[in-house]
Amino acid sequence: MFETLILILDSTVRLSTPLLLACLAGLYSERSGVVDIGLEGKMLGAAFGAGAVAYVTANAWLGLLAGIGVSVALGLLHGFASISNRGNQIVSGVAINFLAAGLTALLGQTWFRQGGRTPALPEGGRFRDIAWPYAEQLREIPVIGPLYSELLSGHNILVYAGFLAVPLTWWVLFRTRFGLRLRAVGENPAAVDTAGISVAWLRYRAVIACGILCGFAGAYLSIAQGAGFGVNMTAGKGFIALAALIFAKWRPANAMFACLLFGFLDAVSIRMQGQEVPGIGEIPVQFFQALPYILTVILLAGFIGKAVPPKAAGIPYLKERS
Amino acid sequence: MSETPAIELRGINKSFGPVHANKNIDLVVKKGSIHGIVGENGAGKSTLMSILYGFYHADDGDILVNGKKVTIADSKAAIGMGIGMVHQHFMLVDNFTVLENVVLGAEDSAMLAGGLDRARIELKRLEEEYELRVDPDALIQDLPVGLQQRVEILKALYRSAEVLILDEPTGVLTPPEADHLFKILEVLKKEGKTILLITHKLREIMAATDSVSVMRRGEMVATRETQNTSMEELAELMVGRSVLLRVDKKPAVPAEPVMEVENLCVTDQRGVQVVKDVSFSVRAGEIVGIAGVSGNGQSELLETLSGIRRATQGRLKINGETIDLGTSTLDAADMRARSMGHVPEDRHRMGLINSFSEYENSILGYHRDPAYSSGLLMNIAAIKENAVAEIGKYDIRPPNPMLKTASFSGGNQQKIVLAREIERDPEVLLVGQPTRGVDIGAIEFIHSRLVELRDAGKGILLVSVELDEIRALADRILVMFDGRIVGERGANADEGELGLLMAGVEDNAKMSVEGDVR
Amino acid sequence: MSAGQLPRWVDYGLIPFVNLAAAFLVSGLVVVLIGENPLEAVRILLWGSLGYGEGIGFTLFYATNFIFTGLAVAVAFHAGLFNIGGEGQAYVGGLGVTFACLALDHIVPWYVTLPFAIVGSALMGAAWAFIPAWLQATRGSHVVITTIMFNFIASSLMVYLLNSALKKPGSMQPETRTFEAGGRLPFLNDVFPSFGFGYAPVNLSLFVALAACVLIWLLIWRTKLGFEIRSFGANATAAVYAGISPVRTIVITMLISGGLAGMMAINEIMGSQHRLLIDFVSGYGFVGIAVALMGRAHPVGIVLAAILFGMLYQGGAELSFEMPNITRDMIIVIQGLVILFAGALEHMFRPAITRLFTPSRALAAEEA
Repeated sequence: MFETLILILDSTVRLSTPLLLACLAGLYSERSGVVDIGLEGKMLGAAFGAGAVAYVTANAWLGLLAGIGVSVALGLLHGFASISNRGNQIVSGVAINFLAAGLTALLGQTWFRQGGRTPALPEGGRFRDIAWPYAEQLREIPVIGPLYSELLSGHNILVYAGFLAVPLTWWVLFRTRFGLRLRAVGENPAAVDTAGISVAWLRYRAVIACGILCGFAGAYLSIAQGAGFGVNMTAGKGFIALAALIFAKWRPANAMFACLLFGFLDAVSIRMQGQEVPGIGEIPVQFFQALPYILTVILLAGFIGKAVPPKAAGIPYLKERS
Repeated sequence: MSETPAIELRGINKSFGPVHANKNIDLVVKKGSIHGIVGENGAGKSTLMSILYGFYHADDGDILVNGKKVTIADSKAAIGMGIGMVHQHFMLVDNFTVLENVVLGAEDSAMLAGGLDRARIELKRLEEEYELRVDPDALIQDLPVGLQQRVEILKALYRSAEVLILDEPTGVLTPPEADHLFKILEVLKKEGKTILLITHKLREIMAATDSVSVMRRGEMVATRETQNTSMEELAELMVGRSVLLRVDKKPAVPAEPVMEVENLCVTDQRGVQVVKDVSFSVRAGEIVGIAGVSGNGQSELLETLSGIRRATQGRLKINGETIDLGTSTLDAADMRARSMGHVPEDRHRMGLINSFSEYENSILGYHRDPAYSSGLLMNIAAIKENAVAEIGKYDIRPPNPMLKTASFSGGNQQKIVLAREIERDPEVLLVGQPTRGVDIGAIEFIHSRLVELRDAGKGILLVSVELDEIRALADRILVMFDGRIVGERGANADEGELGLLMAGVEDNAKMSVEGDVR
Repeated sequence: MSAGQLPRWVDYGLIPFVNLAAAFLVSGLVVVLIGENPLEAVRILLWGSLGYGEGIGFTLFYATNFIFTGLAVAVAFHAGLFNIGGEGQAYVGGLGVTFACLALDHIVPWYVTLPFAIVGSALMGAAWAFIPAWLQATRGSHVVITTIMFNFIASSLMVYLLNSALKKPGSMQPETRTFEAGGRLPFLNDVFPSFGFGYAPVNLSLFVALAACVLIWLLIWRTKLGFEIRSFGANATAAVYAGISPVRTIVITMLISGGLAGMMAINEIMGSQHRLLIDFVSGYGFVGIAVALMGRAHPVGIVLAAILFGMLYQGGAELSFEMPNITRDMIIVIQGLVILFAGALEHMFRPAITRLFTPSRALAAEEA
């Protein structure tokens, strides 16, 4: 029983990581007042960029860099549409999701001719799991042993990066000048403008930060968790991350718990497939798959606390004409 | 001229599309003085100040700060030159603390901690020097407007502003708060700061300034030493001819009440009670005016009576029916069905849909009227015919019902709203700020229409923050302060007396303002 | 106030055209990037979609789907709502069609089943839009987010149902049994053999879609409800002032929108597949967004945009045969570009075009 639990928690960590990275990415963007439903597309683009470059160069780090590059480029496109041209941010996000879905498959087929997939990664093209010191030796110690060697040790570097990004994001947001301005511009851009700070540049930086983290999230899927890019490999994870962001009420620590919860549900559903629950019978796997969305809707309905988005989220900034 | 002026503007021009908002503006502001700029709404005052603050760019003309010609590229540059601005709509982040708002944009370094500590010390100093007390750790959303404005002033002083622009600073203040503000301005002046006070209220100019410039339709028409001018002269300069806000009307012949309001209480979305136990009646054939500084519950009163907002308790008798407003679910359509018309305070936000054509706006709220339907569908021909008739009767220009209302001038937009509401022949008409942002010609037209409606035996409830308008139109004047009706006077009430009522009971009011600080 | 209005043909003709041209120009660049000749690609695409009867038939078949989902998005647009849940609403709408067909197909002819299928699909689609609508109206939960969530919930629900209750007994496939003749709409090729639509699945639901266009046009521009929907979308505060109930308007608009999306299932399920199956919506709900944006939320524009996207789908299929490098994913790229240029970057070319059509200083005098 304990072993099962550790296994479920271990896969919870693995499954939460991409959600967490994307969720924090969205946090930067939305806190600055730019709604981003293009997380999915940016992740997908990053996964492809990372997979393709890691395959060609056999270097995971270059892959990661490429993933970030693709994701930031898509983020800048979102910025160009919604910040510079004051377009509808939802529409722009939808467009980016389409572009990423289409271009990755199309270019994947053109370049690698494996139905849109990138070929299996060579050695060095993938982030390997890192074993912590004495992980093997400590395994046998009851309780602490499995916790240390299964749960803490033995993940790839992006997992650790994801969880380190949580305190880092908190620190940036609440302890730095950039964070103060970022939060201000998401609440009242006119206040930022009249204080002599460029609203557009601030939001662009937020969108870039969002792109970088989405780059990590995408790279995690294709060159850390997986061994190559597969068509539409994000499969809605960007939207779960978005749900988690709302669930977390746009706060970094909450984001981690929300992503862990959604990752846990995913892990349980995989585990529960075909198994009977005493007294209930078999719970359909689709129920667990839908649960994150159902929970988010219930939260949005205001039945468990209230999710109040940044006040200026989704509204293009226009200097008002007196 | 021995001393170099703090600010000098030469030949400033600014257009927004076809609108020439500033025409060849010259202005000289002496160092260490309080300089007023008056003008009607839309005269171009705010635009001019926004240019000075780097928010807009002048099309041509020169700006001189301390005798040196400068280009003010953005607000940052203006701040750098020692120009600070307190905007009409405060530029504060509601869920930030006072301290965070003050340092925003003037943080010392990339890390916050140091800057916040320095700001805390500096705030303390400013507090003592200028008597500007605010709790640095309070959230803006918890502060009353008077204190929020104080934070805005502190923001400017923290950035070492030498010139402080205040744009309509008293619009949201109670008279005691306004008096306090003027005292603060005096202190600032003594410390050598230069102050530009933008307002359309002549009383404030006379009370607080050393000199005054008058703007009219985008032009600077005159500059005077305050002690050498009078309200009458300034008023004349503002509108371009001598104004007699005296409406030509016969004494009212009121009949029985057409609307009675009893014990009305309204709570706003923040849970604050904004209308407190208000009772009054409007009789057929009279105009009842509600005077008061904006934000004392008048807007909420109008919105509640018209069915837009819910009350917590109260009764309304109208059209022979008694409605329990505490439990009623009647909406604006239901109130219209009870023969109540409503000219809302803000025609852009509420009275019109500016992306719709004139004829569509001419039935907004009355679109369910069978006269505009044929079967399941709307009768577009009948609607247009009605619109054309109203355009003729109210001299709405341009006389084109297909045009979007966005392309009509303020006065004509207001006439569209007025025509729509009056032509349905309501027994009761609620009117809010009927002439805000409306040119003089249209004001006279609108006023005489309202008097005509009164003379036709209808009851009118008029809410206006312009005391002159209330005094010119109303047959009976109720004064609202802090959500209550604090007094009732006849048509020829003394202006000073009304002013005192509008200020509430002065000592108590001051206590409550100060009380929130400590 | 706002500067002089642009002539209508500029606003509704030139600007959308320029936006669209930009989208296709960039698409052309993508084709070049892949190493193919864009002009040749256009030729194949046009021929594949319009060059022969069967191609036209397929184009119209896809267009039927897009008319429904485009109208769904457009109706919501008019109320200022962004219904991004057409995908889920159409999916669940499939249940309504399926119930009608499974119940009636062996006892009555198709023309008796059809009204039940229409009502069933509309009801199920509307029902799926109801909760997001109700939450937006009463709780202020943003309909964009909730409809996205409901797309995923719909997907899980349908997979579950097709693997359990609805599955054809004894089959391994997650799909229902095939409908009898009473649950199949006639193909247009059988009705109008002279058009030579061949094996194209275009069917009578095309006329249902066109009828829906007319009805929606009447609804939006000629009825009180439409006036209220547009008022609410253009200025919600003014709508409340006019006595228009926000809750009622939001809920009714979303029900209509969801119903229209649900009706897409008539074409796919009753018109072509003749059984309910996994993922039959396959993105058509999302295409509705592009169609509504391009068609400027007007039924005529939507029909034109739907045909254009129909051409892209059919011509794109042809293209992937002729130019194996250009897979069907190219269509998704073009959709993305259309949404980008006609939607998010809608205003990019506007200032330049406005300058072109506004005599610079002439209007200034008139203002005073």
